Amino acid sequence: METMNNKTTFNFLILALVSLMLGMFAGLFSGMQYMLPDFLKEFLPFSQMREFHVSLNVAWIILAATGGVYFYISKENENGLAKGNYQKWHFRLYLLTGVLILLSLFTKNMGGREYMTYSPYLYFPIILGWVLFAINYYKTIVKNISQWPVYLWMWMTGILFMILTYTEAHLWVLPFFRDSVIRDVTVQWKSYGAMVGSWNMLIYGTAIYLMSKIKGDDSIARGKVAFFFYFLGLTNLMFGWAHHTYIIPHKAWIRILAYGTSMTEWIIIGSMIIAWSNSLKSEQKKSSLAYRWLISTDVWVFINLVLALLISIPAINLFTHGTHITVAHSMGTTIGINTTILFASIFYILFKQCTFCMDKYKRQLNFAFYLFHSSFFVFFSSLLYAGYQKGLWVKMVGNKPSFTQMHESLMPAIHTLVASGFLLFVAVLLIAIPLIKALRSQSK
Amino acid sequence: MKEIKQNRSVFLLLIILFIGYSYFVYTEGTENVNSPEMNESAIKGRMLWQDNNCSACHQIYGLGGYLGPDLTNVYRRYKDGTKGFFNAGKGSMPKYNFNDTEQENLLEFLKSVNRSGNFPNDSVIETWYGDVEIINGNNE
Repeated sequence: METMNNKTTFNFLILALVSLMLGMFAGLFSGMQYMLPDFLKEFLPFSQMREFHVSLNVAWIILAATGGVYFYISKENENGLAKGNYQKWHFRLYLLTGVLILLSLFTKNMGGREYMTYSPYLYFPIILGWVLFAINYYKTIVKNISQWPVYLWMWMTGILFMILTYTEAHLWVLPFFRDSVIRDVTVQWKSYGAMVGSWNMLIYGTAIYLMSKIKGDDSIARGKVAFFFYFLGLTNLMFGWAHHTYIIPHKAWIRILAYGTSMTEWIIIGSMIIAWSNSLKSEQKKSSLAYRWLISTDVWVFINLVLALLISIPAINLFTHGTHITVAHSMGTTIGINTTILFASIFYILFKQCTFCMDKYKRQLNFAFYLFHSSFFVFFSSLLYAGYQKGLWVKMVGNKPSFTQMHESLMPAIHTLVASGFLLFVAVLLIAIPLIKALRSQSK
Repeated sequence: MKEIKQNRSVFLLLIILFIGYSYFVYTEGTENVNSPEMNESAIKGRMLWQDNNCSACHQIYGLGGYLGPDLTNVYRRYKDGTKGFFNAGKGSMPKYNFNDTEQENLLEFLKSVNRSGNFPNDSVIETWYGDVEIINGNNE
């Protein structure tokens, strides 16, 4: 039974890695279109190419997190995953939906919203997949385990809130939401902010699971401190989303509540600094690939939390909103934090399946690790620089350069962005290809 | 056992607060005197905006892609001349073939957006604790 479960789990992970590679490829082409306006303009204009990039990279995050959670809950419950073919149907459904999303984008049959540009009818198979995941989770965990460590709470919360927020993101089909500009934009970004918080619950839960298993210390995932941070994260998911909509003329209390909620994240920063100073004394498991990727996540969590906290201060948000600094924030989270945790998760799963099967790629993976982080640092910095320049332009009064002139002035930063994006893509290929090979050999 | 009960209670309390908060965001929180409901033409224009994925390149209230300019108040600047951009196919923008009715619908949508507020908004008061008070202007 376990082998059967793992086979589908590995299929989720293989599909995730393929999505990541294709998504980054589309991202590179989108970057080229930024530099060369006529590049593929007639065949696949930026308005389509960007959506391939976004959809495929979101698929990477969702599929890799889902595959990981399936693997871990099958270990938490001594009987493996619940009986029934929920997981298989979930995979088949998402494979088919993935193909339909790509077809929808390719044939310009869009009609959805930003980041979910595909046909809105695809809401139904996507939500059905989450419901199948929820049923499986309920039957595997909720019915069988009573003393839950915090990661089980986080995964449950992630699944539940993905269903809620993905549905909320489609409320625009109702006239009550659709027909008012302010209500429509506010609810759209309320749902997006909370949706990112929801998949972060799946991914951060994975990080805590990995930390406790690698250290062999379950106390990280139990006790008052662990649950305090979980509830703090949940509060931020629910009420801290509005930094995307500060400038929109909705009621002030939405902004003030989000500002206040976001500032509680300083507690997380403080605790990270303390945890770091303690961990410096520890040499534990430094050679483990999963451990190394998790440690690198820490650095990006710190950088991104500082950035997120700063842009959550309304007076600073006024300058950064609508600039590439916001893109740096989202790339920092999806690449710097989510992707590094998900790589750690896949390395850990493979280590559990076949302890030495990644050893032959050691030098390649070592090189790719450094290439990934150094190129991403340049990528992230060029976005911050471009955002700073655009922010200055937005604030200019009087005789200000045109949008086109401002856009031209950003070109050195955009060139740096695309060049570092290319190196990042190479690093991902060097990591993803051996992972896919190992996963395929294990799923046979 | 006591801890499990506590965690469940906190979780339920947060869920109840979230539902209540969402209700207020959907209703009172997003009422705006400058942004009445869109008319039928504007709603059709909005669907054209979505069908052609304009937000991949353009922003409304700073939200969207950055390849093209923000269009929150494009109507205030160009009035009916805004229509001249729709089929122009300048730079990276694809060459669209919107007919007269579609152009009118898109313009109506952009009028509704313009009416709802300003971006960027210089009419703000910064407070000592980092908040900003947004003074909303009616663009009609």
